[in-house]
Amino acid sequence: MDWHQLWTILTTPDNIPITALLFLVPFYTWYGLRQALANDRLIAQLEANPEMAKTHHRKVYPYKPGWPREVHVWPYLLRIELLAAIVVTVILMVWSITLDAPLEEPANPNLTMNPSKAPWYFLGLQEMLVYFDPWMAGVVMPTLIILGLMAIPYIDENPLGNGYYTFRQRKFAILTFIFGFIVLWVSMIVIGTMIRGPGWMWFWPGQTWDHNKLIFEVNRDLPDIAPFSYIPGIKTQPVRGLFGAAVMGIYVVLAGWLIHKLITLTPFNRKIYARMSLLQYVVMQFFLITMLLLPVKMLLRLLFRIKYIWVTPWFNI
Amino acid sequence: MADTDGKNGGAPESKTPAGNGRRSTLAALLEDSKAIRQRAIEEIKALKQPQKTVLWKSMFRVKHDETARSRALGVLTNVFLHLHPAKINRDAVRYSYTWGMGGISFYLYIVLVFTGVLLMFYYHPTKVVAFRDILYLEHDVPFGKLLRNMHRWAAHLMVITVELHMFRVFLTGSYKPPRQFNWVVGVILLVLTLLLSFTGYLLPDDQLGFWAVTVGTNMARATPLLGHDGPFGPQLGMTPFNDVRFGLLGGSIVDANALLRAYIWHCVALPIIASTFMIVHFWRVRKDGGISGPAPVMLESEIKEPRKL
Ligand code: HEM
Repeated sequence: MDWHQLWTILTTPDNIPITALLFLVPFYTWYGLRQALANDRLIAQLEANPEMAKTHHRKVYPYKPGWPREVHVWPYLLRIELLAAIVVTVILMVWSITLDAPLEEPANPNLTMNPSKAPWYFLGLQEMLVYFDPWMAGVVMPTLIILGLMAIPYIDENPLGNGYYTFRQRKFAILTFIFGFIVLWVSMIVIGTMIRGPGWMWFWPGQTWDHNKLIFEVNRDLPDIAPFSYIPGIKTQPVRGLFGAAVMGIYVVLAGWLIHKLITLTPFNRKIYARMSLLQYVVMQFFLITMLLLPVKMLLRLLFRIKYIWVTPWFNI
Repeated sequence: MADTDGKNGGAPESKTPAGNGRRSTLAALLEDSKAIRQRAIEEIKALKQPQKTVLWKSMFRVKHDETARSRALGVLTNVFLHLHPAKINRDAVRYSYTWGMGGISFYLYIVLVFTGVLLMFYYHPTKVVAFRDILYLEHDVPFGKLLRNMHRWAAHLMVITVELHMFRVFLTGSYKPPRQFNWVVGVILLVLTLLLSFTGYLLPDDQLGFWAVTVGTNMARATPLLGHDGPFGPQLGMTPFNDVRFGLLGGSIVDANALLRAYIWHCVALPIIASTFMIVHFWRVRKDGGISGPAPVMLESEIKEPRKL
């Protein structure tokens, strides 16, 4: 156990945001879900008791019949904003006095940094480079993340949970977002920062970052593995490419089937599904199937050392 | 004043016996100064209520008192505050609902613009000089190190708060009608925040920034169709000297042109674009009916029929 190495990684000034992220993301997830569960209890109560639902004010906050529904911005909101600004300023001041922004040697194209890392918020993408070629990890995936995020309001046909925290009424949406944001985005950033050392190799927390460490990973492509390698002509191009296309086709069908099962799991899910237009459904399937490709490729790589599924003269996936 | 003078000056004249002109002038002067002193005291006392002065009224126009009308007008007639409505949902001021993350992101953006402009006074976007400017800032400029640190950490913090803001908006379902489009504007703001941060990374021109930008822009060469290393790029005639990466860097390697381009994106173009989108974002928050909640919960039995196309 190399505590010194661990300490160095955790306290490198540029890594402080990730150390902060390790606390902030779980905290706010808990904070949001706690309110969601409180609302869910209220919803269950009201659903069981329609009489109560007619007269109830439908919030978990304290309420008295005569209270005004609105308050003045001045002073009730502005004083909070002022306070928030002061608190943020103090935090920034203390942070800036105690920790110095990093400055390395002057730029030198002849001296490669090892590990040479992108800024932390892009480490998720850099980590993806392990599993995908640069055109996928660096260009296609980021574009799809942006477009996929933008599409969310237009494919989510569930009218419930607009303007209040709830889990019960939006299980699929919330679990999907948490999977994308926390499992795929934040945890990849954490891995990229804390785990990846020289040569972008995997070092467990507390392992020394050994610059001379070499791992000879024998990564193979799917067509070269046991049953498939016997397919006649698999070593040469048209067959190899067609084989990959077929496997990708099978993946799309399987993933699409799985996602379809999930979004029609409960009677409520089916009700929302019935509201969706064909276009909405196709767009949603496209983004979810693509998103799922990342964990699938990670598993293929980590468990079976498979590099590419689909090999063509122009691109590999 | 002249009128009062006349009266005070005239009165002692008539009471005191004639021939003692000198004394009476002195007494008159004393009287005068007493009156002036009295006025001054009164005027200074009036300053204890600056809201009543002409200067104040000319600036703020609205009466400063605790009536509902003045409170509302105080917000509505102020250019900086008028983004707010006069009144809001009584539960929306709770920290637990918005986590304050949108507001904090905006405040951090203001801090970044402020510290960034100050940094620009000391920074030249040219090779060799750029790095020296950072050293100069760190060692010689008064509070230069604090300035640089604050700019750096505020930028990192803003990336975190923007992501948490997005998380909150998702968890509260605030992207649902009528706020769909503001979510799209938000995603653009998220991308702009990341790009602002990334373009700033190269500016110190040190190893850290140089290699981060090298790694980052190397991905651009793999862009499908538009990069010389990307799928179908070479087939479309892409070379290291005409593809997107060349356009980003102003050359085929990260060098002086790349530094200048990063500088212009970082200090001019992106801030203008981001500010514009923020204005739209805030405007839309208001036009979409203000903050989405905390709204009364809705029940499954109350779902309306979907609208048919
Ligand atoms: C530079 C970045 C951003 C700034 C300065 C900003 C600022 C704000 C502010 C001040 C509000 C008012 C409510 C609150 O504070 O939560 C707000 C609301 C909102 N923001 Fe952002 N935002 C940013 C990025 C984003 C992003 C990345 C998204 C989503 C992808 C987003 C989507 C929304 C939506 C939908 C609302 C309305 C929420 C509601 O009505 O509850 N914004 N934004």
